Amino acid sequence: MSKRILEIHDLKRKFTMGSETVRALKGITFNVEAGEFVTIMGSSGSGKTTLLNILGCLDKPSIGTYQLDGVDIKALSRNDLAMLRNHKIGFVFQAYNLLPRTSALENVELPLLYNKDISSAERRERAIKALEAVRLAERLDHTPSQLSGGQQQRVAIARALVNEPVMILADEATGNLDSRTSYEIMALMQDLNQNQGKTIVFVTHEPDIASFSSRTIMLRDGIIQKDTMNENRKSAREVLDNLPHTDDY
Amino acid sequence: MNITNLIRIAFRALLRNKLRAFLTMLGIIIGVGAVITMVAIGQGSKESIQSQLSSMGSNMITVLPASNVNGGVRIAGSSFQTLTSKDITLLKRNVEDINSLSPSVTSRGQAINGALNWPTQIQGVSPDYMDIRKLTLKDGISFTNADVLTSAKVCLIGQTVIDNIFPNGENPIGKIIRFNRIPFQIIGILNPKGQNAFGQDQDDIIIAPYTTVQKRILATIYYQNIYASATNESVTDAAVNEITETLRESHRLRDNEDNDFQVRTQAELINTLSSTSGLLTTLLTVIAGISLVIGGIGIMNIMYVSVTERTKEIGLRMSIGARGIDILLQFLIEAIIISIIGGIIGVLLGITAARIVTLTLNWPTIISETSIVVSFIVCGITGIFFGYYPAQKASRLDPIEALRYE
Repeated sequence: MSKRILEIHDLKRKFTMGSETVRALKGITFNVEAGEFVTIMGSSGSGKTTLLNILGCLDKPSIGTYQLDGVDIKALSRNDLAMLRNHKIGFVFQAYNLLPRTSALENVELPLLYNKDISSAERRERAIKALEAVRLAERLDHTPSQLSGGQQQRVAIARALVNEPVMILADEATGNLDSRTSYEIMALMQDLNQNQGKTIVFVTHEPDIASFSSRTIMLRDGIIQKDTMNENRKSAREVLDNLPHTDDY
Repeated sequence: MNITNLIRIAFRALLRNKLRAFLTMLGIIIGVGAVITMVAIGQGSKESIQSQLSSMGSNMITVLPASNVNGGVRIAGSSFQTLTSKDITLLKRNVEDINSLSPSVTSRGQAINGALNWPTQIQGVSPDYMDIRKLTLKDGISFTNADVLTSAKVCLIGQTVIDNIFPNGENPIGKIIRFNRIPFQIIGILNPKGQNAFGQDQDDIIIAPYTTVQKRILATIYYQNIYASATNESVTDAAVNEITETLRESHRLRDNEDNDFQVRTQAELINTLSSTSGLLTTLLTVIAGISLVIGGIGIMNIMYVSVTERTKEIGLRMSIGARGIDILLQFLIEAIIISIIGGIIGVLLGITAARIVTLTLNWPTIISETSIVVSFIVCGITGIFFGYYPAQKASRLDPIEALRYE
C-alpha cells in the first residue's frame, strides 16, 4: 500500500533581516510516497537547507502547505511540532551530533526518553534492535570517542530509526566521511530503504552520492529545477566491492 | 513528558561531567557546612553556659563593686572598692529572703609544696560559699566561722593543684603548703568539677577563709564580690531589692546618687550570656548564609556557561522531539540536583566539622535539626531560583540556530 508521506504545495519561505528580505524558497511543489529514496540536491544558496528545516518541522513556511503523513503542520504549535519530530521524523546530521561521553546505547535511546509512552525496558530493547540493524550490536557501550566516523554515523542512524519514524531526513550525512565510509553509509541507507521499506529524504550537493537514490530533486535559487527518477541507480554495495584495496600510500 | 525521564536525563547530563558538577556545588557545600557548624557551636556554647549557670542554682545572687560591668564579666583589680564587712553585717541583719551569704576575695600566686610549685588562684570566702556554689568535699572537712574569726591558715584544695604539687598520690590532708609566703594547712579536698562554660579549669583553685586572704595575702579590707543565695526562686527578685536598699543605706548613698555596686541574679546572667551568644550565633549564621548565596550565584554562573556550551546539544534534543518545557525542566532539575546534593554533602560536612571541633578544641557543639531543615529548604530554593533563568534561556533557543552553533 502506497501512502503519501510528504505532500508539499507551493511552499514559499522568506526571511526578513532588518530592511533586507531574502526569499529562500519561491514556490516548491512535490510529493514523496512511502518507500521512496529521494535526494534533494543543490549548491549553497539554493534553498535546500531552508527546505530541509521545513521538512524536519523545525521551521514553518511563510506561504504554502506541508503535510507530513497526512498532518498539515501549519496549524501546529511549537510543542506539537516537537512531538511530530519525535514520532515521525528521524534526523541524521552531517556532524552526527551524538552526546559525548555517552554510550552508543544511551545515545540511541535518547529520542525514546522524550516519548512518554515507552517504558524503560522497551526503550532498551528498541535501542538494541536499532543498533543491531546498523550492525553495531557489539559496541553498545562505546562512547563516540571510541568509535570511528562511520560508526558514529551508524549510531546516529540507529537513533533516527528507534522511534519508528515515517521518514529519515538526512542532511549531508556523508559530508564528514571519507569515500569508502561514505559508500558504506549509503549501502546501509539503501539496505534500510530497499529491504526494510524506510522512506528516505537525503539532502546533499554531491552528485555521486545522489546516484544511489531512486529520485533526485534539483533545487536552484529557491525553485525546483529538475525532479527526475534516477535511471542509472547504482548499488552502493557494488561500488564498495569494486573499490581498489589499498592499504598504504 | 514524564518527570522520571526528565530526572533521568538531568542526572545523566550531570554524570557526564562530574568534576564540573562537583565544583559547582562546592559553594553550596561550604555554605551549608558553615551554617551547620556555626549554629552547632553557638547552640553548644549556649546550652553549656546555661546548664553550668543553672547548676549553680538559679537563686544565686552576685554583688559586684561597680556599675560599669560589661555583660557579667568581672573587671579585675581593686580599683572599685566599695564592699566591706559593714555591708555583710547589715545584709545579714536586714535581708530576710536570703539564707546564705559569703564575701569573696581572690588572688593569684604560687602554691608551693617543697620543691614543687604551681601557679594557681586562692579564693577567700565564708563557709556559706560551699552551699551557695554547691561545692562538695571529696575528703576532709570545710573551715568554720571560727576559722574566719581567727583568720585561720587553713584551706581546701582542688584536684588540679593536687595533681601538680602532690604528684605521687599521697593524701594531702593535714599537709602544709605555702601560698606565696603564707603557710596553709590542707583540711579538705574539693570534688572535681572540670571545665566551666568559659573554658576555665574549676579544679585549679585553693579555697580559704576570706579574712585570711584579706589580711595575709591581699592586705585589703574590701571584698571583690559578695555572693548570696535567695531562699527560693520566687523571692529572688525581692531579695535583690532588699540587698540593694541595704547596701545603699550602708554606703550612705543619697536618693539622686547611682548605686556604686551591682546586684546580679543568676537568671539575669543566664539571659545576658544567652543573648550575647545568641547574637554571635546569628551573626555567624548570617555570614554563612551569605556564603550560601554566593554558592547560588556560582550555580547560576555555571548553568549559564553550561547552556552556552551545550547549545548544539540543546538543538539536537529539540530536533529529536524535546519541547521547550522539556529543556527548561531538564536544566532546572540539574540545578536543583546540584543544590540538593550539595546540601546533603554540606550537612554531613557540617556535622563532621562540629564533631571535630568538640574533639579537638573541647568546645561543646549541639547539632540543630532546625538548621539542617532550613539549610535544605534554602538549598532547594537556591537551586530553583538560580537555575531558572539559565534554564529559561536554554528553552528559548531556536533549534535551527542551535544546531548550527559552533
